[in-house]
Amino acid sequence: MIFRIEELHFEKGGKEILKGVNLAVKKNSIHTIIGVNGTGKTTLASLIMGLEGYIVKSGKILFEGEDISKLSITERAKKGITLGWQIPTSFEGITVREYLNINNKDLKPEESLQLVGLNPTKYLPRLVNEELSGGERKRIELSSILSMKPKFAVLDEPDSGIDINSIHYIKKALLKLLEMGSTVLIISHNEFIADFSDKVSLLCGGQIIKEGKNKEVIDYFKNHCMSCEHVGVVDKGEL
Amino acid sequence: MKSYERELNQLIDLYKKGDVKSIFGDKFANIVINGRKVIGINEIPGIKIKTNDIEDGIHVNVSIGEGVHINNPIHLCFGMTPAEGRQVIDSEFHVGEGAYAKFLSHCIFPNAKHIEHVMKSTVVLAKDAGMEYKEEHYHSESGGIVVIPELTAYLGENSRLIEEFKMLKGRAGNIDIKYLTEQDSNSSCQLLAKISGKKDDKIVIDETINLNGINASGISKSRVVLLDEATGIINSRVIAKEAYTRGHVDCEEIVGGEKVVAESVPRIKVMHPLAKVTHEASIGRIDKTKLETLMARGLEEDKAIEMIINGLMR
Repeated sequence: MIFRIEELHFEKGGKEILKGVNLAVKKNSIHTIIGVNGTGKTTLASLIMGLEGYIVKSGKILFEGEDISKLSITERAKKGITLGWQIPTSFEGITVREYLNINNKDLKPEESLQLVGLNPTKYLPRLVNEELSGGERKRIELSSILSMKPKFAVLDEPDSGIDINSIHYIKKALLKLLEMGSTVLIISHNEFIADFSDKVSLLCGGQIIKEGKNKEVIDYFKNHCMSCEHVGVVDKGEL
Repeated sequence: MKSYERELNQLIDLYKKGDVKSIFGDKFANIVINGRKVIGINEIPGIKIKTNDIEDGIHVNVSIGEGVHINNPIHLCFGMTPAEGRQVIDSEFHVGEGAYAKFLSHCIFPNAKHIEHVMKSTVVLAKDAGMEYKEEHYHSESGGIVVIPELTAYLGENSRLIEEFKMLKGRAGNIDIKYLTEQDSNSSCQLLAKISGKKDDKIVIDETINLNGINASGISKSRVVLLDEATGIINSRVIAKEAYTRGHVDCEEIVGGEKVVAESVPRIKVMHPLAKVTHEASIGRIDKTKLETLMARGLEEDKAIEMIINGLMR
């Protein structure tokens, strides 16, 4: 296993969000975490990347056998870990080409854009600013992750904001990540994304309550999680 | 020697040799002024440039004839190579009916220790005229410079003005911008200032957009980065006096020092029920998500900050 989480606990505002999460992700696989809104999926992604305000209360986050929970964001990134935000931010004055060249590991910006279905001639000179649509920004974010050739990429809802005709580009990019040797942890509500994962884990009430093959976990989620007592357990949206 | 200082010296040398066309060619109009001396002028068809001496500087009058479209930028190079002194450029720009011109102004003060640079401009745009004026500043690292750019622009019916002020190299020193527009119907303006200050630099931006005619529009956008103990004060106003006028004030100050003082006062005033003006202003540290995104790509925090600031200042 390239990545493990052991008995991870996290509190925010005096409320326990994660209550002993255990997770093991196999090297060079796609592993998806599903769960209802507010169950702590984005919190888990933020803890893995070490974002500000996300400090582990107890437990371990192990990458290649090393506990990374005390490392800075940059230190984690230098080990090959990265995060694709659910809603990527914009940058005034930074071009797509410059953005894709950050920590680029020999994947040409042209190629990474083509993988997500964006025309390089049109998009490389553009700014990564608010003039891009949410879907365009999302695909550029995925391009930048491809360019980085990460060992372990955490993607928070990579399909959100992507139109139905373009969603196959997300699959193409994920398969390219696998081809490059990366391991991918996806947070998603999308059955299509979960369906081609190697493994699916169901996060509920701050714990992983079920793991296994795609169909089995997705079916369980559909049948048991829509009206479960944990729905809305975190009352301020997706943490 | 700094590259921009070398550029200014090369310009001065080439003018002395009468060879400035080797840089700009015949197609580019230009004016080069060093201190209180006009080093050279190149006119092209459709543009008239006149200069005369005034106290501490030069009066410049640029006229673009009716219907003339100048496709290549008109280069203005105002600077001072000495470390001390005062330079006043009192300029008038007249753009005739239906004419268009783009100006690129390089203000170069490579050795400034005690310099005052006053740039008073009056812009008159006739009906259907267009003008872009981009001013780029290159200063020394001493901070010993006072820059006072003053603009009064009269925008005729259906005319458009884009005015940009950018600090590209060195320390800002003391920059005190005062811009004012008076706009007729269907005219539009964009005023943009991007300045970074550090140590005890002081940046003041005072802009007023007067939307006097029906359907006139204006945007005042300021981006100021303040480090160390720098001060930044932005006072931007849009006054909408007629129907269908639209205005927006957008001020952003990024602070990165313990002793920084930042103040931002966007003001909007509407004097007609069919006018609409909006504003946004923010003062604060660099956005956490932007920083974390770049760090998650492997950049060290200081490099990520540098990249965000450099982007913001472009």
